[in-house]
Amino acid sequence: MVDLWHVTFEVFRQKDNQKSHFNFFELDINPDEYVLDGIERIWAFTDRTLVFSHACHHSTCGACGMLVNGVEKLTCITSIRDVTRDGGKIRIEPLRNFPIISDLSVDMSSLYSRMEAVGHQPILPIQEEDSKGKVKSEGDLLRLADCIECGLCISACPIALTTSNYIGPAVLAGAQQHGELTPCILELVNSENGAWRCHSAYECTEVCPSNVDPAWRIMELRRKIIANRFSSFFTRK
Amino acid sequence: MDKPHVIVIGAGFTGVAVAYDLAKRGMDVTVLERGPIANGTSGRTHGLLHSGARYAVDDQESAIECIDENTILRKIAAQVIEPNGGLFVGIDDSDMNYRDKFIEGCQECHIPLEEYKPEIALRLEPELTKKIRTAILVPDGTFDPLRLALAFAASAKFHGAKFRLFCEVTGFLFDGLGNVTGVKFSDRTKGKMEELSADIVVSATGSWCGEVAEMAGDPNIPIRPTPGVMVTYDQRLCQRVINRLNEPGDGDIIVPQRQMITVGTTSFEADNLDYIPVTEQQVNLMYHRGCELIPSIANTRERGAFMASRPLVDSGLKGRSLARTFKCFDHKVSQNIDGLVTITGGKATTLRLMAEKTVDLVCQKLSFPAACETIETPLISYRQYFSIPNEVN
Ligand SMILES: Cc1cc2nc3c(=O)[nH]c(=O)nc-3n(C[C@H](O)[C@H](O)[C@H](O)COP(=O)(O)OP(=O)(O)OC[C@H]3O[C@@H](n4cnc5c(N)ncnc54)[C@H](O)[C@@H]3O)c2cc1C
Ligand code: SF4
Ligand code: FES
Repeated sequence: MVDLWHVTFEVFRQKDNQKSHFNFFELDINPDEYVLDGIERIWAFTDRTLVFSHACHHSTCGACGMLVNGVEKLTCITSIRDVTRDGGKIRIEPLRNFPIISDLSVDMSSLYSRMEAVGHQPILPIQEEDSKGKVKSEGDLLRLADCIECGLCISACPIALTTSNYIGPAVLAGAQQHGELTPCILELVNSENGAWRCHSAYECTEVCPSNVDPAWRIMELRRKIIANRFSSFFTRK
Repeated sequence: MDKPHVIVIGAGFTGVAVAYDLAKRGMDVTVLERGPIANGTSGRTHGLLHSGARYAVDDQESAIECIDENTILRKIAAQVIEPNGGLFVGIDDSDMNYRDKFIEGCQECHIPLEEYKPEIALRLEPELTKKIRTAILVPDGTFDPLRLALAFAASAKFHGAKFRLFCEVTGFLFDGLGNVTGVKFSDRTKGKMEELSADIVVSATGSWCGEVAEMAGDPNIPIRPTPGVMVTYDQRLCQRVINRLNEPGDGDIIVPQRQMITVGTTSFEADNLDYIPVTEQQVNLMYHRGCELIPSIANTRERGAFMASRPLVDSGLKGRSLARTFKCFDHKVSQNIDGLVTITGGKATTLRLMAEKTVDLVCQKLSFPAACETIETPLISYRQYFSIPNEVN
């Protein structure tokens, strides 16, 4: 038998734009379960009205991002042992910089539509493997792209906090990954709310759970934009 | 005839595919899902786009459904599929004894295959065990579970379907004769109860369909939820799906996805479906079984362990040998309750076909003549689920 831990989940609650508050739930739980398991237990056994987002439970869908003790985490792979102790607390809040649907669920439509606008491809040829330095040729095999559109980077970004117009790290990384800077994509990323807005805080790379390294990609993207300016300058006449 | 209004309960693979098919045939559709999209079994799958080979010996009906639907999904849902194939790997004598049956089964089910010698297989997948004796390539694939569901949901919305997430159906509306005329539900985002009427209600609630049918007065759906565990490791140790060349068993599938692999699964029975804990024993079993095929799993960090419940249709047998094909129940026939249809069983891979059969039944019940058109047209981008407005009635 595993030793259960006694843990208090302090959960952010907000319905229908009413005033927010925290609810406290006491759980006796196996510390090797994940934070998302704890939240699902609360829903299954204690409070059916708790709203939270999740789907894959193995870090591939990007739905379960939340603030755990103030830090952006994919709750499905964050074990309870790593964020508290026996007799301790876990504070759970929705991601920042997105509108709240209810309780722990946020509306990430803006992220999805911007990813679409910069042509980020969910499926990539494996030989175009793009993370730094790793170029492997595997014939005609395809792979699901690394960015799982979880929004953690946007929640952690100090610029996104100041303006929702900033298209955000994941989207700029998506544009960089797409490769070609078509005129439409260029207009989006080479703008006041695009690549030049980033202040290189590197918070995005810090929280990204999926090997994307958005901060590095934003710098790459800037290089690409500049190179593109030069070449269009010379071809223009 | 006016457009009939159909309520679909559940937005797992089955529900979103049914919603898409209904909307594409011109019906008014409202989907009520108690959580977010694919929060039930559907989100928590391996993501194996079955070629059918896994079932080619024991359950040829399923195998044929899989290969046919696999071929269709590769065309209509390419946006969320890694179409890289899968290897069935034989390691010991028992595996080699299974080989002939396996090849014969695949041929009978028109599943194309190609056998590789160990050295070729190791060139394709260098992390495979050196004990490998044969490898058979079949057209398996990998899908992204949430995004597959979103692509169907987006296409459903494109044809006018409305999605109400976080809305839990808690009861039905009746006409006084016991026939279903709509549902009562609680909107968890607002903490409010609502009612909605419909010409027909389709329950696509997977493992929960027994509970839902009971609310309508039919306690006799033969569904036996059988959960299974999966464990994800933090490196992509193979490019193709790796299967053990043997009878279906515990931990015999390794599915690559992004930079991870997932080993699964088991098969047992559970009481409370809303929360099924993962046990250490099951995780260890996946680890050992996984290492038999890919030894370097031993040097790889565990990323997560999770659980999902199969909605298997009970044919009176135990565990994995329950039939995997799906069933569409017309509650008029079984319990004389009109206005309610339940669709359950099946697999992710057969979601489109399950929807087709269900909507055929709905059309017949409503005398609404419209043919299925979901085979040819590619689904729209999964991201459009978020950009197409949802005009809530
Ligand atoms: C461990 C495991 C691994 C699997 N791996 C694969 C695989 O690799 N490939 C494959 O093809 N298949 C796989 N399957 C099978 C496949 O995942 C399932 O057949 C499929 O997901 C079932 O989908 P569904 O929509 O019927 O059920 P679900 O996804 O469970 O959907 C039912 C929905 O109904 C909702 N609901 C329930 N009650 C209510 C209510 N009262 N009101 C409103 N909504 C309600 C739930 O929230 C849920 O979202 C696997 C299954 C398991 C268990
Ligand atoms: S870049 Fe990383 S943190 Fe940002 S959305 Fe993509 S996966 Fe999430
Ligand atoms: S639930 Fe899918 S990433 Fe956590």
